Amino acid sequence: MKILILIGNVPDTTTKVRFNADKTAFDPTGIQWIINPWDELALTRAMDLKETTGGVVSEIVVANVGRQETEGTLRKALAIGADKAIRIDADAKDAFYVASQLAQVAKGYDLIFAGIEASDYNGSAVGGMLAEMLEINSVSAVSGIQIENGNVKINREIDGGSQTIALPLPLLAIVQKGIAKEPRIPAMRGIMMARTKPLEVVQPIAVEPKTNITVFTLPAPKAACKKIAEDQAKDLIYLLRDEAKVL
Amino acid sequence: MSVLVYIENWDGKLKKVSFELASYASKLASEMKTSVAALSLGAVEESELVKLSAYGISTLLVNKDERFNNLDNQAIAKAVARAAEKTNASVVVLAHNNLGKAVSPRLAVKLKAGMVSAVHGLPLSIDPFVVTKMMFTGKAFGHVAIQSEKKVITLSSNSFGMIENQVTAAIEDFDPGVSETDFITKVEQTNKITGKVLLNDADIVVSGGRGMKAAENWAPIEELASLLGAGTACSRPVSDEGWRPHSEHVGQTGKIVAPNLYFAFGISGAIQHLGGVSSSKVIVAVNKDPDAPIFEAADYGIVGDVFKVLPQFIEAVKEIKS
Repeated sequence: MKILILIGNVPDTTTKVRFNADKTAFDPTGIQWIINPWDELALTRAMDLKETTGGVVSEIVVANVGRQETEGTLRKALAIGADKAIRIDADAKDAFYVASQLAQVAKGYDLIFAGIEASDYNGSAVGGMLAEMLEINSVSAVSGIQIENGNVKINREIDGGSQTIALPLPLLAIVQKGIAKEPRIPAMRGIMMARTKPLEVVQPIAVEPKTNITVFTLPAPKAACKKIAEDQAKDLIYLLRDEAKVL
Repeated sequence: MSVLVYIENWDGKLKKVSFELASYASKLASEMKTSVAALSLGAVEESELVKLSAYGISTLLVNKDERFNNLDNQAIAKAVARAAEKTNASVVVLAHNNLGKAVSPRLAVKLKAGMVSAVHGLPLSIDPFVVTKMMFTGKAFGHVAIQSEKKVITLSSNSFGMIENQVTAAIEDFDPGVSETDFITKVEQTNKITGKVLLNDADIVVSGGRGMKAAENWAPIEELASLLGAGTACSRPVSDEGWRPHSEHVGQTGKIVAPNLYFAFGISGAIQHLGGVSSSKVIVAVNKDPDAPIFEAADYGIVGDVFKVLPQFIEAVKEIKS
């Protein structure tokens, strides 16, 4: 079984978001880039599956769409344990553009993992689009996956509870929290090995994005917090009713 | 040209989000000077469907095939695409929830539509079609233009609200054009959350952080939530510790919520947490640390002991509810 994991290169989650002067582009100054948190959990789960299913998983490949500066993120994925990385040499213009690029390199896998969204543009779209382009099944909000006799058993969250479901392969699983507990941290040996693992660079195909960001805005600053004394806490509930009018 | 909205149901009832979606789609259609149609798939009570006419839905396409209740992405995307073609929809609106996120990207590819998820409120302009979208998990917003003729959008819950607008609804049987082979998902077990308000539907959310100290201390949070008809949530360390389920984690890597009222008990307010709750209309914070960043995001705050404050809140809520 071959597993492909889609990797997003995103700003660290502690980043204070800033934009350029005319608010048309994200300001990357001083930003630390990381593997999109859900993608990192997916990779962790794929590694667990490879190690615990006795040779069922033969290869784990990671792929992203990005310029050369995103290779650090792919190298980290290799250091965590992926066997091979593919980088499509283009800017990630929008979800449709990214999915179209990935569709070139995503054929022939039994299982593809995508994160439920990227923590930068929160698109929640690339995984589902790619599945549709590849004409394979997809399942979203996946919080658990097991391989049993060549089939997969999935736990997914639904609006109103959770389910255990079965789907045939090939399958694109869009994963969220719970798929793995803690992301793996690369060990020194992994970091050394990552240097010699293959990182293939693929040229993009010509395709037009369907959306573009015209301007960014930041949330309006909040008024100062109104403080109530601990022993007057009941007053706060009355303020919520009479002043804020939310009760 | 028209607007199509995909209406969701659960357990035979329409989901709360469906009424916001209906309100939104009918308002969008009127801004676009066109008509609106709603689509409902799966077994649902007839008395529920007619409620949509109070929110501006005049045409309702219905197929009650129970197989749709298995929430299969492939089958639902195919049926919605067919409805979009039938109604000549230029914009299809879905919820930004688990099902909407699963279906909308497949649908967008089928329709050759540009897609924007987590849209906040009505478009800023219709031509060009520009919407406001949450980005960086609530730390920022972006204005996004969709160039394609057809558009798929998912609406952030509670970003528009419900607007009553009584019309006369015509219910039409809809042939979804699916066959047995389209229903791929085999459901083996469903665990329903019962007797609790779902986080995505909640107007009020009561949330606890590490300051609650242990899983067994959650009783006052649950009591307050139950009195208020609120959903319960938690911060990341709490779900990582296993004190509460992952499904309750709000913040950058968990859920994004935007209730009218958000209570944060013993949550310091790391930037990742604030991102997930910053669209809440009113935030109340209780924390013993006066310098906790949560107070910068909060509208009302108490610097103090959560275990002294919670009983007072519960008592006051009982007073105003009686």
